[in-house]
This record gives sequence, C-alpha cells and structure tokens, in this order.
Amino acid sequence: MTEVREVPLKHVHEALGAKMIPFAGFNMPVRYSSDLEEHMTVREGVGIFDVSHMGEFYLKGEGALDLIQRVSANDASVLYNGKAQYSYLPNESGGVVDDLLVYRIDEDEYMLVVNASNIEKDWNHIQKYNTGKVEMVDWSDDLCLFAVQGPKANATLQKLTHIPLDNVEYYTFTKGTFADVPNVILSATGYTGAGGFELYVPKETAEEVWNKIMEAGAEFEIKPIGLGARDTLRLEMGYCLYGNDITDQTSPLEAGLGWVTKFSKEFTNSEDLKAEKAAGLQNRLVGIELIDRGIPRSHYVICDAEGEKIGEITSGSMSPSLKKGIALGYVKKEFAKAGTEIYVEVRNKKLKAEVVKTPFVKAGV
Amino acid sequence: MEFPSELKYTEEHEWIKIEDGNIAVIGITEFAQSELGDIVFVEVETVDEELEANEVFGTIEAVKTVSDLFLPANGKVLEFNEKLNDEPELVNTDPYGDGWIIKMEISDLADLDSLLDSETYKNQIGQ
Repeated sequence: MTEVREVPLKHVHEALGAKMIPFAGFNMPVRYSSDLEEHMTVREGVGIFDVSHMGEFYLKGEGALDLIQRVSANDASVLYNGKAQYSYLPNESGGVVDDLLVYRIDEDEYMLVVNASNIEKDWNHIQKYNTGKVEMVDWSDDLCLFAVQGPKANATLQKLTHIPLDNVEYYTFTKGTFADVPNVILSATGYTGAGGFELYVPKETAEEVWNKIMEAGAEFEIKPIGLGARDTLRLEMGYCLYGNDITDQTSPLEAGLGWVTKFSKEFTNSEDLKAEKAAGLQNRLVGIELIDRGIPRSHYVICDAEGEKIGEITSGSMSPSLKKGIALGYVKKEFAKAGTEIYVEVRNKKLKAEVVKTPFVKAGV
Repeated sequence: MEFPSELKYTEEHEWIKIEDGNIAVIGITEFAQSELGDIVFVEVETVDEELEANEVFGTIEAVKTVSDLFLPANGKVLEFNEKLNDEPELVNTDPYGDGWIIKMEISDLADLDSLLDSETYKNQIGQ
C-alpha cells in the first residue's frame, strides 16, 4: 500500500473525536469513544458508520448477468429489481478473490459492492472475464456509504424519507429521495446483525445526509461507530471478514460459503470446487467460545486435549455482548461439530473452549 | 491528559511510583489506556517471581489488541491488583489510582535513574 487515502468526511470524524487509523488503504475512524460502548449502542439503540472506503462497481449491458454469473459463486439469476445478494468471487486456484454484495438495479444493470482492500484486484479479476459487452464503471470514489444499524435505525431514518422503510425487506433495497437528496440507495443490509440500512449517497451531499441522520437520531441517542465495534459486531454474528477468515488461499467451502455456492451454473473454478465438495472437506471454519477465561486472537493455535494442533484462529475477540472470548477458526473436520471440546493456545497456556453454532448472539434481523 | 510529576515513566508507557523504601507501584499511563481502548483483561502470573528489567511480567488485553507489560527495573513482583480480575476497566477510568497493576520490590533504586520524568515522557508521546 503506497499511499493512505482519506474518506470525504474525514473532518467530520475528527471533529467527533475519532481516532483514525490506516485500514485497507484508507484512514478510517476506528473508535470515537469506546469500542464496548459503541458496540452496545448498535445492539441496543442506533449507530452510524462511515464505510465509504468500500468499493462499488456499476455493471451495465446485455451481458451483465452472464458476467456476474461467471465470476461469482451464488446464483444471481434469481435476483429481481431491488434485490441484493451475498456472494463471493472464487479464484482459479481454490481460494477467494473477495466476498461481495450483488445488487440488481434493473434488467442488465447491477451494482457490486466489494471490500476496500480488494477494489483494484476485483476490478481486474472481473475485467479479465468481461468479453467486452459489459460497461463497467467504478463508482467507489463518487459514493459514500453509511451504515445505520440497530433496533432504532428504522425509526431514525424514517424521519428523513417518505419511503416506508419497514416495507423494505432484509436484503432488498430501494432508490429514492432521502434527507432531501435524490437518488440515495437505501439497502436493508448490514454487517452487524442488528438491523437497519446501508445508504449509498452521492459524495457531494454526503455530509448533509450524515448531519441530518445524526440530528434525526438524537432522540434515540445515535452515536458514530468506529471500525473496532464494526469488527466485534460482525464477529458476534459469525460473519466472515476478508483477509482474516477468507483469503486468496482459503477454500470457500471450508469457510462455510457453500450456501452461496450454486453448482446449478458454471462459474470460475466451479468444477474444482464441485470435486472438492464431493471428496469431502478436510477443515471447517467454526465458531469457538472460550470456556476458560481468556481472549482468542487471530493466528492462535487450536489443539485437541492431547495438545495436537488441529487448526488456527482467524478472528477473535472478547464478545462485548457475552463478555467472553469468541472466535472463528479452522479446525480439522473431526472437530467441527458443535459441542466439541477444543483448546486454544494463549501465551503457552491451553485454554478450554467449545465449538459452537454461529451466530454467537441472536440476530436482530 | 495527565502525567503526574511525582511519577516516573518508561518508553513502554508504564508509570512507576515509589511507595515505601524500595517498594514501587506500576501501572500504565493515561496515554497508553487511551491508545489501547477498553481494557477487558489484565493477566499477571509472575507474582513472587524475580525478574529483570524489561522482562514481560504480564499482559493487558483491550477489545482489539493485546500488549505485553514490561518490568521497569530488576526486582521481584510482590502483588497483583486483584480488583482488575473483575474490573479491568479501572485501568481506563483511573490509570494512576485504582487501576494500578502490580507492586514490586526494586533490587537497586539506582535503576530508576534511567526512567523518564513526566516532562520527558510527555515530549516523547507528543503531548
């Protein structure tokens, strides 16, 4: 990473007291007050995240669906106008280029939302399969993305639009006037499991929209939320983070992305993935809850009762909701069943832990 | 931010207060706790051990990060602040008071000469 980029609302975050850190090539607010407080604000009230570092690609043309079907593993043909889908881009060698959201705006018109750290890689990867018919536009620098999440998110946002937000179902979206700004995409998605919306806003009007949301949410004690809490919120839901839990090297099937891998169509590396599935997976990404006191972290070794290594943690933290250590990690398949007792090596000690089903915390969506 | 002038400081963001003879109290600075964020776990398993300066005597875990704690001088770890087992957040709310981490016996008080005074520490962290 050569140069750290700034989000358009940098000055707003600094004025709110944010601690900014470089993340995925951008200077991002990691925390405004306290990770724990911000986390619980989203679980119990409403919080707003500036995640404008994320990338958005607009795809238009007759071959748009075919291209998406070719590069992504989920079946985008089931999408209708206003429907969004979680998916991923498999690479040619058994790993994952990125995970993403696919939005169908209209027939032959789609938006792909990708991770900030992968914008260039994804763009090149998709273009490699674009036989020329599909127009691709990188909207990443023109759009700001705000996630407004929590049980009070809809009540906050409803004050700023006539669109009946409770009718916008989970993983659908609508485009309209919001906070007097036309053409805002309101998407009932998020990375927290707390409910709410993600708003794609033209950069020029982003500050105005942010301020109006803060004002509208004041009665619900809305707070700005940093990337620190975003990570613990997504971990409590067991959502994968690209770069940690899924990478160019990890098998999407072992990562548990089988539910968005549709062998009813052909896509990049689908034959090999099908064969991998048929042969049986060797490892599984599982949820892990610590029984002993301690906090699992990325790259800590997972072992069995005899001390034999059976895997590695890929994401770990103290769960602010559960007040105990939780993690995602890969274990050998024999240890993947919920209830299996395992151990996590923390500073030369073996702490007792248990494989659990995710989400760790009941979702609010 | 406060950096009391009666304390000594280390480059590892710890503070040292001489209590009585060669008994010292050790904690982390207000700057350190604010950089780390919410402290959720403090682990010290070196009580009664003789350690050298700069050896790790414990670990402090925030939500997002884990950091080692380094002994500021040669000596023996006498006591861990057991309150931190249930209330690790005391390190955030009262870093120089109830959020103290260990008491130690310093082998040679001359070791303290190499530690930083509050002005020097403040300069080091750009305050």
